[in-house]
Amino acid sequence: MITIKGLSKIFHTKDQDVRAVDDLSLEINKGEIYGVIGYSGAGKSTFIRLLNRLEDPTEGSIWVDDQNLTSMNKGKLRLARQEIGMIFQHFNLLWSRTVHDNIAFPLEIAGVPRAERQKRVNDLIELVGLKGRGGSYPSQLSGGQKQRVGIARALANNPKVLLCDEATSALDPETTDSILDLLVDINEKLGLTIVLITHEMHVIRKICHQVAVMEQGKIVEQGEVLDVFLHPQRQVTKKFVDQVMGDPEKETSMQVIKNNYEAGEIIRLHFVGESTNQALISEISRKFTVDVNILHGKITQTQKGAYGTMYVQFEGEQDEINRAIHYIQSTSVEVEVDPDA
Amino acid sequence: MLNQWFPNVSMEDMVTATNETLYMTLISVAGTFIIGLFLGLLLFLSGPGGLWQNKILNMITASVVNVFRAIPFIILILLLFPFTDFLVGTIRGPNAALPALIIGGAPFYARLVEIALKEVDKGVVEAAKSMGSKYSTIVFKVLLPESMPALISGITVTAIALIGYTAVAGAIGAGGLGDFAYFYGFQRSNWDVVFMCTILIIIIVFVFQFIGDLVTRKLDKR
Repeated sequence: MITIKGLSKIFHTKDQDVRAVDDLSLEINKGEIYGVIGYSGAGKSTFIRLLNRLEDPTEGSIWVDDQNLTSMNKGKLRLARQEIGMIFQHFNLLWSRTVHDNIAFPLEIAGVPRAERQKRVNDLIELVGLKGRGGSYPSQLSGGQKQRVGIARALANNPKVLLCDEATSALDPETTDSILDLLVDINEKLGLTIVLITHEMHVIRKICHQVAVMEQGKIVEQGEVLDVFLHPQRQVTKKFVDQVMGDPEKETSMQVIKNNYEAGEIIRLHFVGESTNQALISEISRKFTVDVNILHGKITQTQKGAYGTMYVQFEGEQDEINRAIHYIQSTSVEVEVDPDA
Repeated sequence: MLNQWFPNVSMEDMVTATNETLYMTLISVAGTFIIGLFLGLLLFLSGPGGLWQNKILNMITASVVNVFRAIPFIILILLLFPFTDFLVGTIRGPNAALPALIIGGAPFYARLVEIALKEVDKGVVEAAKSMGSKYSTIVFKVLLPESMPALISGITVTAIALIGYTAVAGAIGAGGLGDFAYFYGFQRSNWDVVFMCTILIIIIVFVFQFIGDLVTRKLDKR
């Protein structure tokens, strides 16, 4: 769907050249929600602005749906942009237009006739859950509602791709979640490819299928969200994962747990994208004569199922405990006996 | 009472003078609005970071605007005599004042337009670009509507300056309240005429300011 090859953007400043995006190559599949995460200054903002050529690349090429965006002239680029929606951190609505007229704006640009515009706008207002607010001005809306208008506006011309430039960074956590739900909803309903950039791992965890971690203009790690959560390679990635999961080494002192629970076995269960084994604990206590004591843990939900780690203590006959452990090993839950971590 | 306090004021002359002042003001405000808007857009669009960034065009526009703003109005009228004569066929009366009023007012308004356009949120322009809009669409559907309150309050300020200019133009025989105050009031020592003209000009200024504020408030949905 989107193929990026050797993309670079160099900004020339007075004292030095800044490589905001540095020889970046990437493949984004149709219907995917692709998240790019990085700290500010990592170049992710420049990256997403390169995707619709709000910034012209210094080198490299961008293909969207077999169209080479980078070689297009201005006229063709304008038409191509109508198929790439974009939403912004600060919404960027026209304050002089009502909700209805803001959403109609891209349709006016595309030359859609008035009657058709009317119908399309009403459908979109309904889709983003703003029914009855069509006549309001942006200043009369909350942040979340403004972003809904932004989303409706971006979807007006039935784009193939939606670019989200820190779309939830100016919103409170609850509103963030409702906007993210809306994005997932749109992704599923319309089969829309979504590329988003963020500095919040929460956003990646909640809605993304694929993630790329950006640092100093380069992608240092990328893959399925769950894999990256599970085996973060780079320090920067670990930090992002800790944003959501907490740093296990800081949060659990294994020594304290061991001192308090001397009997039985201490076991670490690692849930990796589970959806079938979520009742594992109750299953074990039903099947085997062991007592299961939950010591510590954190499980979170991603697009591909549950992810997280849990420390439990098994008490009972050693044979029975071994059989229980054996059973867990036969499932997809990873298990580690007497972890030292 | 009017006769007692203003013995030399003739109602008929006052109405004529007021009409002339209003005529000069309204026509010159309209002309200033159109030419000033054009010059202001040119300044903004050709300026650094503008949509049609162009150093040379920007420098030429800025020079023209600065030169005409620098010339004192009374001298501008004198300099424009040949041009006015060619254009209007006379150098006396309200019509003869119009070229000087517009050429004096437009550069002033152009700067106010430029400031108003600079205040438009760059993110909104960027959003319009991301939707694939043409530059002309950005100008007419984003920049102008989004800066409309500032454009209106700017033309209000300019209109009031122009009312003052019409009075100055009166000193060289353009007609209107300034002319009347000078020739029938000051030169004949009819001070009551001078006062009456002052009162009428103040009322006109107040009315313009009131209308300008009202429209600005109505347009501003921020």
